[in-house]
Amino acid sequence: MTAALDIDVREAEQFLYREARLADAFALEEWEALWTDDAVYHVPVDPDADPRTHMSIVFDNRGRIATRIKQLQTGRRHSQRPPSRLCRSVTNVELLGADGGDTLVGSVVQILESRDRGTTWWVGRVTHRLRRVEGELRMAAKTVVLVDSDRSLPTMSFLV
Amino acid sequence: MTTTDVDPEAARLRALVLPDRVHGSVYTDAEIYARELERIWYSTWVYVGHASEVPEPNDYVRKTIGPQQVVMTRDKTGAIHVLHNRCSHRGNLVCDADRGNAGSFRCPYHGWTFANTGDLLGFPFNQGYGGSAARAQLPGLGAAPRVESYRGFVFASLAADGPTLIEHLGAAAERLDRLCRLSPEGEVELTAGWVKHEVTANWKMLVENETDGYHPQFVHSSIFSISGSGIGALYSDKSTAVTRALGGGHTENDLSPEFRRLGVPMGWAGTPESKIPDYVAAMRASYGSDTADEIMINGSPHVMIFPNLFVAEIQLFQIQPLAVDRTVQHVTAIQFKGAPDLNRRLVTQCVGSVGPAGMLLADDAEMYERNQRGVAQRQPEWLDLTRGLHRERLDDDGHTIGTATDETSMRAMWRHYLELMETERSGARPSEEP
Ligand code: FES
Ligand SMILES: [Fe+2]
Repeated sequence: MTAALDIDVREAEQFLYREARLADAFALEEWEALWTDDAVYHVPVDPDADPRTHMSIVFDNRGRIATRIKQLQTGRRHSQRPPSRLCRSVTNVELLGADGGDTLVGSVVQILESRDRGTTWWVGRVTHRLRRVEGELRMAAKTVVLVDSDRSLPTMSFLV
Repeated sequence: MTTTDVDPEAARLRALVLPDRVHGSVYTDAEIYARELERIWYSTWVYVGHASEVPEPNDYVRKTIGPQQVVMTRDKTGAIHVLHNRCSHRGNLVCDADRGNAGSFRCPYHGWTFANTGDLLGFPFNQGYGGSAARAQLPGLGAAPRVESYRGFVFASLAADGPTLIEHLGAAAERLDRLCRLSPEGEVELTAGWVKHEVTANWKMLVENETDGYHPQFVHSSIFSISGSGIGALYSDKSTAVTRALGGGHTENDLSPEFRRLGVPMGWAGTPESKIPDYVAAMRASYGSDTADEIMINGSPHVMIFPNLFVAEIQLFQIQPLAVDRTVQHVTAIQFKGAPDLNRRLVTQCVGSVGPAGMLLADDAEMYERNQRGVAQRQPEWLDLTRGLHRERLDDDGHTIGTATDETSMRAMWRHYLELMETERSGARPSEEP
């Protein structure tokens, strides 16, 4: 991890808040547009395990992110029919360093999800790999390590 | 079998589980659930884990038998044990790590130690028991009285007597053979770790859904329609696949007629040969070209081994009831020994499909939970099981079969369920160790 950070914490925060708001609101196209072409969206069971050989809760490359969005857009993704009511807060935003031209940003997310089945409180540590592409910030990777990642979890078919 | 007319609960159950319908209360009644634990989960063979999860001497892994916490251990001689996670002194949990390697377990409360066979090894300040010789009188860890494996799949029965594992598996054993044959070394390994998905639904909702060929076109249309997946067509009115009752409550969706129609090695997995050249070469080297191609064309089974092991082509589910309306589905990607290139693809594919965010299973889970809420409503009381009843027939092996979308599998499951639930419980009390 070298190279100077070309993103300050205020700009990183603004990006994270916006991403959170778009995900809460199921603004699917706008949320999808935040990703780079080589993006990886990862919700591990065991953050130390290799996701190519071990189970994850989500491990999407860019193509699969697109599939996930399209599935939601069909209106027949039953586990999101009706969509979860979501409100999340993003805190503890911290610049973790630079890697190549990317900036790694750590944060904590807390999400209240309300559905017919009841409410679920999802909490995790998040790492965003942010990159400036044609002047705009994009996410090249997002990893969400849930506090309960290796315990039994209820259905979580919204965008975490 | 002894049917017990003196047992009012058995008589009640016979009125709730009929050949063509079941009553909604069998999914919601806590007394029925309590009886299921005794008659099914703590009596019959239940899948516990796989030998590949404890590959080395002294390896152990925590597992479950329904709500029971157990530890599956391999002792230093290689034998596998299934031990209750409960100290024989005052009941503390003995093992807290999910897995590890240890010849013994030490209880944190008063320091009693136990071998990984369950035998008591030591108890501090032993003069309080009259010296170390008291070891012969004091109990060790509770152990499943019967533990047997088939092709590495470890099952346990908490009843001292009953059918052998091979009798219990019956025709389902051949489905595990079929699965293992897809490895060039004839073995599967469960080394990819687990995702645990909890649903607010009765465990039988899951068992029934696993081989329900009627739902995929509806529940999974969102993903089939955008991914160009051929799975939907396998479960259509025109499909040549069959739903089969294998006996013993085990059921399958036999998709191999469709896979044979396709006639492409690994076509069932949607993976062209060119993407997995090492695997295909290893298969042909192991089995010879013709047999290897036949194995790779026929594909993997889709079989529900009652009550808790579901093999769905590339993934394996273990069903764990926690309460009458709470169930955990543990799932992992099946890994074929000697097939690293295929295995990586299977992990990726499996992760996309299963678990809390899975593009398939999240929607199945939604159906279990909606069903659980639905059956709590008062009318019309019954769930219908008649689909395909009029066109059921016997195949050459004498198994009952229906078309791809028929409820043959559910009817068979319920027949077996009732047999277990109405029978006098035989010798299943935990043995009274000295
Ligand atoms: S409860 Fe285990 S040593 Fe006392
Ligand atoms: Fe399904």
